[in-house]
Amino acid sequence: MNTYEKQLEDAIPDFEEHAAEMHGQFDISSTVSTVRIHGWQQVIGILAVAIIILGGWELLIKMFDVPEFVFPTPSAIFKALVESFPNNYPHFLITLSELVAGYVVGAAIGLILAAVLTQIPYLEKIITPYILLLITTPTLALVPLLMLKLGFNIWPRIIAVSLASGPMVMINSVTGFRRTDLAKIALAKSYGASTFQIFRRIRFPLALPMIIVGLLVGGIFGLITAVGSDMVGGKMGLGNKLSYYSSLARMAHFFSIIIMISAIGISIWIIFSRIGKKWASWQE
Amino acid sequence: MGPFAYYINKVEPFSVRSVQMEYFIDVQSVTKIYASERGPVHAVDRFSMQVEEGDFVAIVGPSGCGKTTLLWGLTGLHPFNWGRAYILGKEVDKPRRDVGIIFQQANLLPWRTLMQNIYFPLEIMKENLKDYRERIRDLIESVELTGFENHYPRELSGGMQQRASIVRALSYDPKVLLMDEPFGALDAYTRDEMDTLLLGIWKKTRKTIAFVTHRIEEAVYLANRVYVMTPRPGTNSAVFDINLPRPRPEGITMEKKYFDIVAKIKKRIVKDVEKQKEEGVYQSQAWSTVT
Repeated sequence: MNTYEKQLEDAIPDFEEHAAEMHGQFDISSTVSTVRIHGWQQVIGILAVAIIILGGWELLIKMFDVPEFVFPTPSAIFKALVESFPNNYPHFLITLSELVAGYVVGAAIGLILAAVLTQIPYLEKIITPYILLLITTPTLALVPLLMLKLGFNIWPRIIAVSLASGPMVMINSVTGFRRTDLAKIALAKSYGASTFQIFRRIRFPLALPMIIVGLLVGGIFGLITAVGSDMVGGKMGLGNKLSYYSSLARMAHFFSIIIMISAIGISIWIIFSRIGKKWASWQE
Repeated sequence: MGPFAYYINKVEPFSVRSVQMEYFIDVQSVTKIYASERGPVHAVDRFSMQVEEGDFVAIVGPSGCGKTTLLWGLTGLHPFNWGRAYILGKEVDKPRRDVGIIFQQANLLPWRTLMQNIYFPLEIMKENLKDYRERIRDLIESVELTGFENHYPRELSGGMQQRASIVRALSYDPKVLLMDEPFGALDAYTRDEMDTLLLGIWKKTRKTIAFVTHRIEEAVYLANRVYVMTPRPGTNSAVFDINLPRPRPEGITMEKKYFDIVAKIKKRIVKDVEKQKEEGVYQSQAWSTVT
């Protein structure tokens, strides 16, 4: 090749600012911003709705004399929750630790993979089909298989949780890291920024809102998988208690377990809303 | 004979001159050709320019003539294909600390406050921020942004954002400022205000400034010298010395002396375009992304 021609390889740069592209199918950025409650009037309103729903529920069941094994009253659920709490607390802890352990491993791997893969487009194209396979395959289906290999302990569940949450974190983070704002990268380069500095100061902050969404979705998927794998086998965890109480038609206790599970889910949501508000609120 | 033969034959060997230190910016017949899907795009052709210390030079030309390409070449982000460019006696090959760049867009990072944005170059350069605190406070005061240090860019107007980006470029005290239509995205009134502000900063800091714009009025108001580029491929068309007195009051833009120079430059550009059209080499700007 002619040396002159070699110098012509520079493509026409686009000096315009590149709008961030949204390509994840799981783009729920708006979820990250919290609903703000202004003033006591709204608090009273929210409480009033709760009282009407719970009171109406209680009243209807009492009026039509519905037996507890068909549908329990809120007061019975609350009683069951308090009474059986010492009994169910260890199960709660087990499900929570499955979730946390599996999630931390899965999210970390997903995040690192996303950061690395987006820098190497060729590798990204190769790996993506397998990640899609992981996402579309319900990880719960793998739990019995994992149990055959690893036994009826906590490990198959932790692996299932990380297999469920990791790809969710990854696919959203990939969407985030794909946002390239050439003008901002050129800005950093004009100060002599290294590749790592560009990653840390430009690419990562730019990706952060989507990463937080990924962490949130990954957490919820992890919770579903943790409860589900409890149900598949073994004698521990909240999922296991769910199938236990439903088999005995102890519906008040059954609902009290559901409340415990929702408490974890709501906590996940609150944690990431807070993080999102702090670190991703610039994106409005 | 490759497809580039035409361009290669057209380029004459540039004159090899010794590096002259008296010029802060010394551009010696630089050429830039981009490769594109529709063949090579000859953006800048053997353009030369000399800027002395503390000088204020503007570069004007019809849109698409390669003004921005020239400036980006000088930043070292998109090197030229041929020719040499020296800043402070050193050949430009990569972005440098003694050169400050101000872009068309303010280009502030939306996740950082105004203050954090101003510290951004210093962070990249791993400087001790404390040493610059006082200097930056003075700069913020001189562009009337005091009190907005903790605001996010989305809370600031376009003019305020661009003022912040000027402070950002000055924060690390570069000797040379390259400005690429810095006020092009602003409305007419803010733009005039910014021009006056820039003159004030220039008078105070005595930076050497190369200023690209498509507004001849702005160029004549600001600069000591105006380089006119021909339509693409942009090359030297003429240089106009602006002999308007300094300091220049805003009212100078109403005077005949000022209008005469503006008209002279405008005529020159129109003539260049007509000449290219006659020769049949004038290229429409339809597929230009570089202005």
